[in-house]
Amino acid sequence: MSRIKQTLDALKKERKKALITYLTAGHPDIEATEALVIEMVKKGADIVEIGIPYSDPVADGPVIQKAAQKALDNHIKIKDIMYMVERLRQKTNTPLLYLVYFNCIFQYGMEKFINHCKRVGIDGLIIPDLPYEESQEIRRISAKYDVDIISLVSPTSEERIKRIISDSTGFIYCVSSTGVTGMRKKFEADFETFMQNVNEYGDIPKIIGFGISSPEQVKEIKDYADGVIVGSAIVKMIDEHYLASDRLEKVGAFVTSLKEAVK
Amino acid sequence: MTSKKGRFGIFGGQYVSETLMNALIDLENAYNKCMQDISFQEELRYYLENYAGRQTPLYYAKRLSEYVGGGKIYLKREDLNHTGAHKINNVLGQILLAKKMGKTRIIAETGAGQHGVATATAAAMFGLKCEVYMGAEDVERQALNVFRMKLLGAKVHPVNSGTSTLKDATNEAIRDWTQNVKNTFYVIGSVVGPHPYPTMVRDFQRIIGDETKKQIMAQENRLPDYIIACVGGGSNAIGIFYPFIKDKTVKLIGVEAAGRGVDTAQHAATLTKGTHGVLHGMMSYFLQDEDGQINPPYSISAGLDYPGIGPEHAFLHESGSAQYVAVTDQEALYAFSQLSQLEGIIPALESAHAIAYALKKAKQTREDEIIVVNLSGRGDKDVHTVLREMGDEIDE
Ligand SMILES: Cc1ncc(COP(=O)(O)O)c(C=O)c1O
Repeated sequence: MSRIKQTLDALKKERKKALITYLTAGHPDIEATEALVIEMVKKGADIVEIGIPYSDPVADGPVIQKAAQKALDNHIKIKDIMYMVERLRQKTNTPLLYLVYFNCIFQYGMEKFINHCKRVGIDGLIIPDLPYEESQEIRRISAKYDVDIISLVSPTSEERIKRIISDSTGFIYCVSSTGVTGMRKKFEADFETFMQNVNEYGDIPKIIGFGISSPEQVKEIKDYADGVIVGSAIVKMIDEHYLASDRLEKVGAFVTSLKEAVK
Repeated sequence: MTSKKGRFGIFGGQYVSETLMNALIDLENAYNKCMQDISFQEELRYYLENYAGRQTPLYYAKRLSEYVGGGKIYLKREDLNHTGAHKINNVLGQILLAKKMGKTRIIAETGAGQHGVATATAAAMFGLKCEVYMGAEDVERQALNVFRMKLLGAKVHPVNSGTSTLKDATNEAIRDWTQNVKNTFYVIGSVVGPHPYPTMVRDFQRIIGDETKKQIMAQENRLPDYIIACVGGGSNAIGIFYPFIKDKTVKLIGVEAAGRGVDTAQHAATLTKGTHGVLHGMMSYFLQDEDGQINPPYSISAGLDYPGIGPEHAFLHESGSAQYVAVTDQEALYAFSQLSQLEGIIPALESAHAIAYALKKAKQTREDEIIVVNLSGRGDKDVHTVLREMGDEIDE
């Protein structure tokens, strides 16, 4: 059984919601990312999503765009990130995901990338620009290696939801509203209908992401699903403490407050 | 030419976020319906003729041909369209479609500003709200076109991310569309993007080639030996190539921007130097590194300054149905002044790349051979760039 499934099943049994936290690899540098992942796990992150910085992140808002640009300006390469994950796996058994744009995988070679993920200990991939129709080949390969390809569904998916969910492993990433990653003040009117629709299908865990930026929002939204993903708010905090010595402490305290809120 | 849905061989596809998938499916359905609909076709034809000024002439460039001393060079005069380039052919088609789909807001990306101006123009004429994304670098380089768009009532958003050029303007337009997908129609300016755009834009641009075929038959009573067009995303090229693809005696040549040379890091020669990849919703060729990070392109011509190319060109390249070459800034500038002085036609810098290759090719041809060059746009927008680059040389 995959680490993702194990973790989410255990939470469900205890009637707890999952907290997934995101950060961009190499922002501010690879050692800082490594330390931040460990800190987030220590403060209660159930799964950590590691963003591979990309030159053209069309699914991301300004906060994550800027983080990716800074990481690339620091010449972060995919192989550096793979080595970092290998080191992380010596220290933690928490499920780790990559958020990665398809071209990075495609250039690396699909099978080589998945194989490498498996070897270093990545449990799943979120590929924001690879919709269901284009994902057949990578799903076939990743099944061989037992790496989950996490499917996204969005409020505009409508009748597509059923088919996408029936073919998914790991969990379903429910995009809270149309648009790109980034903080939102409120969620759209159709959010409730969308989540009702999603929850009708399968018992695979449903996790909500995009725009969730505070413990208050986590509280407001968590009961619609099996967990929440917080990204831009964490990346923004890292950016605001880019070279500060209390960066780890600040991010740790924020994750603690999010963990309190999912309880 | 489309094999699997939305594919040209292995190229094309729909690499977009899930949020956009139903919008693409709706667009494809609406588009297919309109293409079957005679009243849509008649309405489009009406605007192409009475608003854009079609058909455009196929002009025998006698002095240029004699000066080179080879085959006969014909120019397809897309520069004579309203707004000064072929871009309006596609924009009228897409905006008419947007209206049929009940969309109230139009967005577009633009590099040189030609597609932005064409979109703002058509949106004004149809009374639709229009917003254009343009790299901050290009906003600076193409100040006149920015002002034109504003005069036409469009809002221009300078884009500061990445390299602040066309690629990033496209990213930002995609983000806007993802946010506002319910009421917004994204008018893409070339044969790029996710299916159905490459097919749809080609179909709206093929009028260039359809007209050329009739005109050359009327004037020469035979098909040309060569058709030459510049390639940024590839819309003017596919427009003139497409009706000739099955005519095996007609050699199709796409001209990419070699910038400061294809062996430097400063060029936009995607098929010459790029590799297979995925960006802006499509699988095609891109300039990129081994991690899939897109390399910034360079060309003196903002309209060719793009790190990718339409998927159908990638397919024509690999299948050998068309040939792709590259021309440097310097060669394009030389062609720019030659055409101005020998024919009294100031070409767009993009089109000057096609002229430059035609001059080389014509030298190697016999006098009874025929070369058609797609003169995709006029050079008014580029006069200040050329002044900066070669003002002194022109004085002498
Ligand atoms: C006059 C002209 N020609 C060519 C191009 C390049 O686009 P495409 O390759 O799609 O024809 C542009 C783009 O701005 C243009 O303005």
